[in-house]
Amino acid sequence: MRRRFALAALLLAPAALRADPVLAPEPLAYTQLPDAKQEARAQALMQTLRCVVCQGQSIADSDADLAGDMRAIVRQRIAAGESPEAIRAWMVARYGRWVSYRPTVEPVTWPLWGAPLVLLLIGGFLARQAFRRRRRG
Amino acid sequence: MKTVRILLWLPLVAFLAILGLVSSGLLKPHDTTVVSQMVGKPLPAFTLASARTGEGAVTGKGFADGRPRLLNIFGSWCVPCIAEAPQLMALKQAGVTIEGIAVRDRPGDVGEFLQRNGDPYDRIGLDDQAVLQVALGSSGVPESFLIDGKGIIRAQHIGEIRPEDVPGLIETLKAIR
Repeated sequence: MRRRFALAALLLAPAALRADPVLAPEPLAYTQLPDAKQEARAQALMQTLRCVVCQGQSIADSDADLAGDMRAIVRQRIAAGESPEAIRAWMVARYGRWVSYRPTVEPVTWPLWGAPLVLLLIGGFLARQAFRRRRRG
Repeated sequence: MKTVRILLWLPLVAFLAILGLVSSGLLKPHDTTVVSQMVGKPLPAFTLASARTGEGAVTGKGFADGRPRLLNIFGSWCVPCIAEAPQLMALKQAGVTIEGIAVRDRPGDVGEFLQRNGDPYDRIGLDDQAVLQVALGSSGVPESFLIDGKGIIRAQHIGEIRPEDVPGLIETLKAIR
């Protein structure tokens, strides 16, 4: 019961107490672009950019204020004709490679791309050995 | 036969490798602070409305005038910013030029905040949609950037400035003059 009171008090508290920004979010944070093709491109990009506040979510999924602002930036830049990969590069230049969920191909990420191939080769080798033994036996 | 005997040890080796990985993660927990990649690069250009009535727009142009500056990202709605305020006043008294960026804020609220906690700022820009904050690679409030006399970002301070941080910040600002 007391907990319910506390919750009610928190919900009724003035904004300053909850320490949330009071400004309404930028419209493009929560509104799709009028052009469906542009919106699709923005969506695809937003789903592969990491929210820097709730770090396990993409900016498309996160409800953090900063994620909303980043969505607005993505939509504004797409609407202005910028390519999604250029916007991704712009974000990476600010927050590091980590901000992109889609790894680029460069020396640092070679082990990442190479690991499946190496594992497949090891598996193939093991399978070959096993089949050979069976044939012999 | 020999390869089979070596292969028998593989699961143990894999197990030990995973054990090592997991225990190293326990000993050194994951760091979630987001370090800006803009350190070492010029301050991005910006034009923001001033939070003070009657003052012109705040731009990044005046930054390369030979004077190092502390660019403080804050908000009147941000609680740690209140804890940081005395340290900013101390920095100002030590002769540091401090520029403020108020994120998602209203001029009236900023005025009230400064009346309560002191006003260390030369100029204050209103960053309504956190455009400058993202352009700086900052992920939260408060954060501070040290800008040298040529307008290059030289250091980032994440989180509130604590009393023990003040001497180090003054040192750095002197060094990057």
